[in-house]
Amino acid sequence: MENLSPHFPALIIIVPLIAALLTSAAGWLNRRLCFHFAALGLFTSLLVSTGLLASVLDKDVILYRLGGWPAPWGILYRIDRLNGLVLVVIFFIAFLNLIANKRTVEESFPEQLGGFYALYVLFVTGLSGMVATGDAFNLYVLLEISSLTGYALIGIGHERAPLAGLNYLFMGTIGASLYLLGIGFLYLMTGSLNMTDIASLLPGFYGSPVMVLAFLLCMTGLFIKMALFPLHAWLPNAYSFSPSASIGVIAPLTTKVMIYVMIRMTFDVFTPDFSFKMMHLGEVMVWLAVAAIIMGSLFALAQTRLKRMLTYVIIAEVGYMVGGFWLGNRMAVTGAVLHILNDAVMTLCIFLAAGAVVYQICGDDFEDLKGLFRKMPISMAAFTVAALSLIGVPPTCGFFSKWYLISGGIAAGHYGFVVALLFSSLVNAVLFFRIIEIGYFEPFSEGEGGHGVHHGPPAMEIREAPAGMLACLLLAAVSLIVLGIYTGDIVTRIIDLAIPPAI
Amino acid sequence: MGVELFSDIASKYNYLGVVILMMIGLYAMIAKNNLVKKIIGMNIFQTAIILFYVSTAAKRGATIPIIRHGHNGHGHEVIHAAEYINPLPHVLMLTAIVVSVATLGVALALAVKVYHQYGTLEEDEIRGQLRNK
Repeated sequence: MENLSPHFPALIIIVPLIAALLTSAAGWLNRRLCFHFAALGLFTSLLVSTGLLASVLDKDVILYRLGGWPAPWGILYRIDRLNGLVLVVIFFIAFLNLIANKRTVEESFPEQLGGFYALYVLFVTGLSGMVATGDAFNLYVLLEISSLTGYALIGIGHERAPLAGLNYLFMGTIGASLYLLGIGFLYLMTGSLNMTDIASLLPGFYGSPVMVLAFLLCMTGLFIKMALFPLHAWLPNAYSFSPSASIGVIAPLTTKVMIYVMIRMTFDVFTPDFSFKMMHLGEVMVWLAVAAIIMGSLFALAQTRLKRMLTYVIIAEVGYMVGGFWLGNRMAVTGAVLHILNDAVMTLCIFLAAGAVVYQICGDDFEDLKGLFRKMPISMAAFTVAALSLIGVPPTCGFFSKWYLISGGIAAGHYGFVVALLFSSLVNAVLFFRIIEIGYFEPFSEGEGGHGVHHGPPAMEIREAPAGMLACLLLAAVSLIVLGIYTGDIVTRIIDLAIPPAI
Repeated sequence: MGVELFSDIASKYNYLGVVILMMIGLYAMIAKNNLVKKIIGMNIFQTAIILFYVSTAAKRGATIPIIRHGHNGHGHEVIHAAEYINPLPHVLMLTAIVVSVATLGVALALAVKVYHQYGTLEEDEIRGQLRNK
């Protein structure tokens, strides 16, 4: 282990990549092995990324030259505090969701275990590579790896999932292509693809229209990928029709990693000077984020199905992070980065709880949720913790990132953003207390109540979710509170030092 | 002014071609009703970007980037970059072509699944079926 540690930045990609290959090979030999290979690969990567984060805390930045080629020519992997943190979150969520959904995967795709797990691990490989890389074109390739596997993970589901996956693929491909075009213009100007190198060459081009075009193309591509409000149309269908096992990893990670990439591009490629001071985009972006928050919340209010409602909550949450980031003051950017971490874990917890409910009652209509607190007390308790965190109630981590965001909004004098945040918290409270009320106070629907056809098992047979699922769900719920308690440490030891001092 | 603008555009006709191709692709993806036509549109869109990269590598009067007699020890003369086409965009586009083929594969696989489910690839018919359910 000791002599491997210089190679950790490469291992976080290589380990899951090899695990994905082994998983898909194991599908032909013994299907039981697939899960073990996938779990082993993700667990090893989780350990490696934790080791990386620990060493980055002392060393600031770790640079790794793939194949030993020096920087502007070869591909450089660059780990600092910001992406060290995001890497740990990625592997933590992917591993937890894998364990939690072992049984649902075995029951939904008994014939395709090897394929499903290989896609799952490849998806995580793409995400972690995107986060770790210091090369703009390499980022595009890894972006496409995670997107392609993501389309497949969504399209593998039943009913409307393939159509939703195909529509997601169309939008996602446009987004990735626009990013590629933006990188093309950057390459034309600087002749380099290395992020640090581009950043050092770009100041000569400030004010050039090509640079503005490159910036806008990259950002628009990323906005499509992260489902920022006017470009969000692909998300609700793709997320609500996909299988629980896929959505448990895609929903928490995709949008959050894309926001990380946006932060990486604006800070380390275009530099804060250009992105914030010269583009005059901040105001527009914050208002877009305000629109995303308000529209996401309003759409969520209109839904009558649990998973679909949650997809609109995600759209509102994207607005939190984008708005906080583009406010551009230290407080708000801290809030945005902290919210990447918190929102990923909150989304994991709420989707695991929703997955447990769907698994037990075979439906997620609000009508089906009656009396669930008595049938599934532990799952619903975890659901409540995640809901409180999404609303922003103090002991949970959701409160702290929202606090930073609101303080940042006030410091910037942008009251529209502050009002939008408070409005969204209020709407979240309405949304989740409505569900808690249905689950807690209304009696069971015995099949004939509410809406004629009842697909699930009779109410008397509904029991608590399987033990593995429950354990992961509880761990996610507890980590929400733990993250809340250690917010101070995370901010002072990691995030504060990760944000460039210029801000 | 008008003549200048015209000659400006004419000398950069490669960008014009790229933009036209991109718009054709985008139009097909938005306006076409058939899912396979949309997939073809998506492919045209991606190909336009590949063309953009490759066309930026070209130089007037330059040749392919292979150094003559390089491995016989005679390759140590000074190399003028202007005499060779830039090879890097070509290499990048090899990767992009692989990505676009993979995207096409996933898209077609999903289209097959959709066809098995609804018995049609026309979007309005699928939407009609969904509404009637």
